Order: sequence, then C-alpha cells, then structure tokens
Amino acid sequence: MFRRTLSRLSWVDLFLRAFQLVAAVVIIIGLVNTFTTARYTSGQWATLVFSGLAQGSIYALIALGYTLVYGILLMINFAHGEVYMAGAFSTVFLAIHFARTGFLARSPLIAIVILILFSAAISTTIAVLLERIAYRPLRNAPRLIPLITAIGASFALQYTFRGLYGTQFRAYPDIAVLKGTWNILGFDVPLVQLVVFLAALGLMVVLYWYVERTRAGKAMRAVSEDKAVARLMGIDIDKVIVSTFALGGALAGAAGVFNGLYRPQGVFFLMGFFPGIKAFTAAVLGGIGNIPGAMMGGLLLGLIESLGPNSVLEGLGIPATNQLKDAIAFIMLVLILIFRPQGIFGERLAEKKA
Amino acid sequence: MSKRLLIPFSLLIIASMVLAACAGGATTLECTDAIGCVEVAPGEAIHLAYMLTVSGATATLGDDSVGAIRVALNDRPEVLGHSIELTGEDSGCSAEGGQTAGTKVAADTSVVAIVGTNCSGAAFAALPTISEAGMLMCSPSNTNPGLTDPEGGWLPGYYRTAHNDKFQGRIAAEFAYNELGARSAATIHDGSPYAQALQQVFADTFAELGGTITFQGAVNVGDTDMRGILTTVAADGPDILYFPIFEPEGNFIVAQAAEIAGMENTILMGADGLLADTFPENSGENVVGVYLSGPYVSGETYDAFLAKWAEVVGGVPPSGFHAFAYDCTNMILDAIESVAQQGSDGTLLIGRQALRDAMTATANFDGLTGLLTCNEYGDCATGEALAVFQITEAELGGGWPPAAIWTP
Repeated sequence: MFRRTLSRLSWVDLFLRAFQLVAAVVIIIGLVNTFTTARYTSGQWATLVFSGLAQGSIYALIALGYTLVYGILLMINFAHGEVYMAGAFSTVFLAIHFARTGFLARSPLIAIVILILFSAAISTTIAVLLERIAYRPLRNAPRLIPLITAIGASFALQYTFRGLYGTQFRAYPDIAVLKGTWNILGFDVPLVQLVVFLAALGLMVVLYWYVERTRAGKAMRAVSEDKAVARLMGIDIDKVIVSTFALGGALAGAAGVFNGLYRPQGVFFLMGFFPGIKAFTAAVLGGIGNIPGAMMGGLLLGLIESLGPNSVLEGLGIPATNQLKDAIAFIMLVLILIFRPQGIFGERLAEKKA
Repeated sequence: MSKRLLIPFSLLIIASMVLAACAGGATTLECTDAIGCVEVAPGEAIHLAYMLTVSGATATLGDDSVGAIRVALNDRPEVLGHSIELTGEDSGCSAEGGQTAGTKVAADTSVVAIVGTNCSGAAFAALPTISEAGMLMCSPSNTNPGLTDPEGGWLPGYYRTAHNDKFQGRIAAEFAYNELGARSAATIHDGSPYAQALQQVFADTFAELGGTITFQGAVNVGDTDMRGILTTVAADGPDILYFPIFEPEGNFIVAQAAEIAGMENTILMGADGLLADTFPENSGENVVGVYLSGPYVSGETYDAFLAKWAEVVGGVPPSGFHAFAYDCTNMILDAIESVAQQGSDGTLLIGRQALRDAMTATANFDGLTGLLTCNEYGDCATGEALAVFQITEAELGGGWPPAAIWTP
C-alpha cells in the first residue's frame, strides 16, 4: 500500500512536499523566536492586527473587481488598479474643497458619503468606458490579447490622469471625527481603521446579497456559467458584462476614499499600481472568480503584510525586515499556490474553462 | 556604383572638402584641449543643461533649482557676447532617471556644462556617462559623501556646492544630543545613497557623543504603510527618530507615528529631503513639532536674491537648495569666462579639460552660500550654510519657509 503511494509520487511531488515542510518549519521557528523574546507589547501587536485588517479590507474591495470580471470574462483586468486610482485621485480635490469650505468639519458623515459616491461614480465611468473601448472589441480574440490591452489601457489611464491633475502628490484632509480611538478588548484601536474595516465589510455584504439574491445577480451568475446558454435564456450579455465592470468600478472607487481616510497621503497618478497588484494577489489567494475568496484573500493579505515582517522575519534574524514587506506578501502567494493551486476558496478552474 | 554616378559623387566630395577648408580658415582658433572643445559659432548661444528632478514627489527640489538657474541667467544674460541657452532633462530622484538624463544630455555635444542632479542616487548613475563625455556637472543638492570621494564613486568632472552629509549628519546629531538632550535614537532610511549615508553619519556621531542607537532600519521607496517599522522603533522607545528620507514616505512616517503606541515621547526629525513646502500639509496635524535639518542661507545678498526670484520666477523658492544652484550656475559661467578662447569673428572655443581645471581652481568664490573653495574632488561647499528648522502650526496652514531655530 505504502509502496504504491510512494511510486505514484513523482519527484516534483516529493520536492513540493519537502518544500512545504521546510516552509512551515521556517515560519514556526520565526514565530517562536519572536514571541519568546517578547520584544513587543500586546498593544503593539493589536495595532498591527487592526491596521492589517483596515488595509486588507481595502485590498479586498479592489480584489472583488478583479474577481467579478474574471468570473464572467475569464480575463484579468490589469487596468483595475487604475480604475481605483481614478476615483481616489479625482475625489481628493473634492475632499480638499470640502475641508476648505468647512463642510467636512460641519457634517462629516454626509461629506464622506458624498465623497464615496463621487469616487464610485468616477471609477464606474472609467471602468465602463474601459470595457466599451478596450475590451468589448476584443471579446472573441485569443485570451492573451485582452491581457496585453489591459496593460496598455493601464498606462493610458495613468498618464491621462497625470496630464489632468499633474505629477504632485496630494493628501486627503484630516477628519476630526475619525481621530479618536475606541477601546476594544482592552486595546486602543484608531477609530478610522475600525470605520474603514466595517464600512468595507458592509459593502461586501451588500455585494454578496446582490449577486446571490437579486435577478441581476442571478443573470450575472448565469453568464459566468455559460454565456451561450445564458443568451438563449434571453439574458442581454453585454448589459450584464457592463454592469459587472460598473460594480467592480464602484467598489474600487469606494476603496479609493477608504484609502484616503485610512492613509491620507500619497495620492498621485501612479498610486493604483501597487494596490492593483496586491489586490490581484489577494484575488488569486482567495481563489480567482470567487467572491468570498476575494474578501478573505484581501483580509489575509493585509494581515500577512502587516504582521509578517515583525513576527516571522524578525524571529529569523533577518535584517531590514520592513523592506521585505512586499516580498513576504508575494512569497505567501507562492506558498499558497503550492499548497492549494486553486486558491483558498477556489473551485477547480479546469471544470470552469470547459 | 555605376560609372555614371561616380563622377558627380567625386566632384561633390571634393567640393565639400574645399568648402570645409574655407570655413575652417575663417577662425584662427585651434583646439588643443586633451579631451576636446566646444565651439560656439558667432551669434550662437552657449549651451548649458540641467538634470534635475522636475516631476513627481520630489519636483519641489527640481523646481527650486531650475528657478535659481533662471535667476542666475537673468542676472548674466550674456557671457563673452554670447547668450546662454538652457535646456533640461528630468533626472527624477532615482538611478534609472539619472542614467536616462545623463545619456540624453551627454549625447548632445553642444552642451558645455550641467547643473545637476538633485538626488545623489541619480548622480551616481549619471556621472560615468557625463564624465566620459568630457562634460562637467555641478550639483546643488547631492550630499552623499561618496560622490566627492575617489574611493566612493567620484569621477573627473564632478562638482558640488551642496554640503556633504558629513556636515549635515553631524549637526543633526549634535542638535539632538546637545540641544534636545536625546540619549537614544533610531534611524530609518529608504535605501537611497543619500538617506543611507546621512543616517549613518548621524548614528556614528550620535554614538560618538555618548548616545545609544537603538535601531537602524529601512523602508522601500513606494511603501505606504509604515506601521510595521514604527512598531519596531517603538519597541525600544527611543528619544528621537531620525528619518532623512523624501516625500511621500516621510509623510507616512509622520502621520502614522501618531497611531503607534510607544511613539508618544519620541521626537521626529527629518533632513533636507523633506524641507519642501508640500511636506507640512501632506503630513497632516502630527507634523507640528517635527524638526528638519537643512540648508540655511541668510543675509543681504540672499534677500536680494529672493527679490529677484519673486520677479523672475514668482513667489518664494519651494525648497532649500536654490542658493546652491545659483552658486553652481555662476561658478560655471565664471569658469567659461576665464577659459574660453575668443576668435576674431566672435567664435568661442571652450576647452573641456581647461573648463574642469578652472572649476577645480575655484577659490574664495563669493557665493550666496558663503566663500566657496573647491577641493581636487569637486567638493566646493563650506558646510556652514546649515540650520535646524521646526515645523509649526503656521507651516501646516500653508506658510513657508519655517524659521531656523538653531544654527551650529
């Protein structure tokens, strides 16, 4: 019995098993070392956890855009990071205006809702235009072609916005109501992180309800299952695809404002690139095409990035750990893809493609 | 080639040779320079170039220098009867940008001299190309010690009016230890040659004075989340955190430090890379009280310069290195004036080695930043034009520049 199993394992499998074991051991050694030295207080760990969750929920919102589009068109919309940038960058000017006129200080809640709606509107417009101009003419082309187009569209958008708003960095204004901290389980958590996390969670719940419980959502799922049959059932495929892009765009736009609340600085025309790549990673981590997967993938990535350098790497005695923050996120991606190629929540892609 | 075409072609070649000989005969100048000459024909402009960071987050540095060059050229519109043409390349604040700008500028053989770069990282990448092309560059804001150290990357043709980090890191450490009474310090750099060298000089001096360095860490250019590294810093609760980096990473550190438990009593201090009018507003409320070390020039001639700036460029200089760029430009123009050979028809012949020699020989040049004397490796700064500034509510509200609170 044992011998038969052994003979079925190829060298590649053996290597992967060994690699998994080594990776797990290294991570555990790192964690044990860090926690036995007790360099950080529990309050400091809590800070990292909550900032990781806030960051992760922003990744998750962007990741949903990747995953929705992939679910329907089986293409990676690499320009999605730019859709996020479009909303965040355009809205910063409105936010600064609100701050100058005092509107933001007088009725912050209404102001923030307006900012979110404005940003979502801009991002939605960009996403819909992107679909109409760059992707629809290529819908039946080989799959590599829309991918390259997406990269081209990404540059086109970046430099369009550079032309529109210039190369300077902007910053969202400080919002006084979001300044304080809340006490959760004895830890002081910055209010803004909690608000961002909960608001993003709320949006994700709404999205899940929309896709699972409404007619439009049902149509979306039908198109994702089989376009030809969906069309025979009287579903307007183009409309569904446009609404998918619009939905992804709206979430990205909202993420842009959440990012502005959570981390006001550094709004400029290239700001979409890294979050875009990270969110794509999150989507793959969770299982691309899967909505709860994108949410969990985003949160997980946020936590890994925030906790990884201080917990695992530092325990291993690696110098300049914080410069390796991005590396750790992508190494995690590699590890998870080795352990579970379809992602955490993913279905087997082979069936879907057929 | 067919025989029919051979005769017209031969005639053409002979004719062009004769013409070339005639044209050469008009001037009596002959280039004897070891590494070549630039010839400026009568009525043509002397070509200066800049390689500065005029876009992106560090554009305030570049705009600051470009403005000063324009003021200098406005003061001296002509040298030896020739007007001056200024062209520029965006070198950014990175090695890639420096490499690209250097290659582009070096390809234009009419360029006599270059003002640039702003960032040390860009200078290290551009210098080999510029030096090879026989040109010279004078930097208003490179502070990395290696650039004027033959062991560290210096090449012939490099000059700077900016103070070496050995000065700035030292005064920052002295200020922290003696004036603020800090006894433990942490530093953060961003992997750039500028920041790395500066924080090292700071750390060495601080330790020499008797202080303890608790942590020397680094972030990446492009990082937005500094909570991890700030948590590491907070674990030791140092008296001061020195982060001589740029925007926007500096903004993130200032803003996020407010959220980290254990950072409440840590003084924040940056350096001249953050001494830009965009820094306070982009960092938010927590910026009030942050110390910055940086270039500081004062006096009557400087006030006159500011008046000229308001007239030529408008407003006030957005960063702290304009005076150095002004001095660079004037030193270059002086050097051209002293070495250029004038032909009878107004042609100028500028020997490239002679020009370098003249720059190196600069002594007691009365500039805005003091009496400048260059050493054999192109270090021309006095090291005196420095101060420590503190950001207050006024700067957060849009005022600029901050007042200098301490000078060495």
